[in-house]
Amino acid sequence: MKDQNLMYDGTFDGFLSAVFYVFEHQLKAVTIQNEFVMQQGLFSEVEKVITDEAKATRVWKGIKSKLSSHGSYQLYYAFLSEQSGVEALLLDYIKYAFSKGTPVDKDYAHPSVLKIAQIAKSVGREKHRMEAFVRFRLTKDDVYFANIEPDFNVLPLIEKHFKRRYADQKWVIYDINRAYGLFYDLEKVEIVHMDFPANFDFSKTDDEFFAIQEFEFQKLWQDYFKATNIASRKNMKLHIRHVPKRYWKYLSEKQPN
Amino acid sequence: MSFQRTQEKLKILADAAKYDVSCSSSGSKRANTNKGLGDATGMGICHSYTEDGRCVSLLKILLTNHCIFDCAYCVTRKSNDIKRAAFKVQEVVDLTINFYRRNYIEGLFLSSGIFKSADFTMERLVAVAKKLRLEENFNGYIHLKSIPGASDELMREAGLYADRLSVNIEIPTEAGLKKLAPDKKREDFIKPMVKVKNEIIQYKEEKKIIKSTPKFAPAGQSTQMIIGASGENDFQIMQTSNFFYKTYNLKRVYYSGYVPISYDHRLPQIGSAVPMLRENRLYQTDWLMRFYGFEVSEILNEQHQHLDLDVDPKLGWALRNLHEFPVDVNTADKHMLARIPGLGMKSVYKILNARRFRKLNWEHLKKIGVALNRAQYFMVCESNQFEKRDLTSEKIKGLILQNSKSKYQKTLSNQLNLFG
Ligand code: SF4
Repeated sequence: MKDQNLMYDGTFDGFLSAVFYVFEHQLKAVTIQNEFVMQQGLFSEVEKVITDEAKATRVWKGIKSKLSSHGSYQLYYAFLSEQSGVEALLLDYIKYAFSKGTPVDKDYAHPSVLKIAQIAKSVGREKHRMEAFVRFRLTKDDVYFANIEPDFNVLPLIEKHFKRRYADQKWVIYDINRAYGLFYDLEKVEIVHMDFPANFDFSKTDDEFFAIQEFEFQKLWQDYFKATNIASRKNMKLHIRHVPKRYWKYLSEKQPN
Repeated sequence: MSFQRTQEKLKILADAAKYDVSCSSSGSKRANTNKGLGDATGMGICHSYTEDGRCVSLLKILLTNHCIFDCAYCVTRKSNDIKRAAFKVQEVVDLTINFYRRNYIEGLFLSSGIFKSADFTMERLVAVAKKLRLEENFNGYIHLKSIPGASDELMREAGLYADRLSVNIEIPTEAGLKKLAPDKKREDFIKPMVKVKNEIIQYKEEKKIIKSTPKFAPAGQSTQMIIGASGENDFQIMQTSNFFYKTYNLKRVYYSGYVPISYDHRLPQIGSAVPMLRENRLYQTDWLMRFYGFEVSEILNEQHQHLDLDVDPKLGWALRNLHEFPVDVNTADKHMLARIPGLGMKSVYKILNARRFRKLNWEHLKKIGVALNRAQYFMVCESNQFEKRDLTSEKIKGLILQNSKSKYQKTLSNQLNLFG
């Protein structure tokens, strides 16, 4: 039998719609690909799946009834990893879940269950790191602004955390690579796209955009960071394991003064 | 707030507070209410790490480093010739709020040298917490240090605004304390601890009847001991710690390897190594006691007064108790699984779950993430490999050490050199 190639729009609903399509047409050999990362010409025949919220919801409900809540979380986390080939793993996982009477998400000896758990774990780790390493800077417009460049698409996962924590200040967390951000306006969180001036340097605090006292608090934080170090216990290997270098460029305490 | 003066004070008063190892910001139950600032219901977050690898989660500072006492192990002691400074209440509040808003910290850890008297000092610590809660509507984490000798009334007030309270016993035995901190009396630590414990119990009782009872120190209390400043052995240290856990319901005991800071003849000299490996072993023991169902006496007792430096305490215990092994991972209960060296609680839960689907073999265990290089000598599974090996403790220890490069090996060899 010939391979079937499905293309979706990169959203979770789009992916679930593709899964619906697979079940509906009882496809056996199938690949599901994000249209934005799909390599054109690799596949001669590609079927574009239209994102259908109702179908997506049906699949998601089905999944949730077959897995524990932890399991469906893991699935969503793994999806947000955007790793190449993750769709195939997810599909395999979902098929396995539907074939069983009891939730399979703890069946770690099953290859795709284990793999999904591992990917979800990395995504979870980065979510947690973002909750730690987001550094807000106060802009002249009284909005606390932070930019991030996570490996995985974790913005949807950290929204709740920041909304609950910073209920009384306006804030933006912007994912530079994926070119979208979250904006909290004291009422609700919205997805925003922003255009930055050509001279905007994400790692610097330019006084054209940021409030005067911003510099003082960054300086105080840097001083604090230095003062808490105990030189005779220095252990840079441990330090870097906790604060991977790829995050340094936007950490205020890591900026040269 | 004058930036330059605050900057100067911050440098001095953060530097003086850094030897306190407590950094936890978890375990509280203070949700954001009325659209205020902050939330302390989660796991606690480390927002950064110092270059020595310790978590930075709270703004940890002293209110002042003026002190009328002269504890030999403390940089803030009266006889030490250093720059002194004191924050105003409002300065601490401003720093906390502004750091929190930028997502630098989970909250405040406020300690202090004793100026004038215990109560005079405690009153100011309480004032900071009160201002944060009532004027700034701040729901982040607040840890206040109880000043030894502070009155019951102040301790009660402190507990209403703080998430956690702690008083450091610092020196594990009474004799050591007498030698190094002649101004301090053990009763002075115990009294506030008893007060806080009783208030927490009372709070829990009242809460059952009146829902709106104001929270009291929801993250409980903790303490810290300095390791290697006075001559206590591990058995004495863990006995003390066990006593404090059991008697005062402490949430945590912290162990802090002594960093030499003075030329006092009663203490290790400047330049001597910080006992980091020993500190780590004590934490491991503490952990086994709190989460793995071990009694302290199983690990440390009259016969074994020192923790092994070359193997972790669980492995040490297993090697002394080979008659308890091997454990069958497919049938053993949680309690015994947790005692297998190389198996953390996470692996234990994974095994308990996975074995409901099929009998587990070595391959499965490896994939699950069990550290087989240690665990394999203590377990059997659905396989006939390794099963019937009759190895002695020495032999097993040798094999394990050969195959594992301890991350502390460097520190370890330093220490062995020290002992000649
Ligand atoms: S009372 Fe506290 S601050 Fe004062 S010298 Fe003793 S340990 Fe240091």
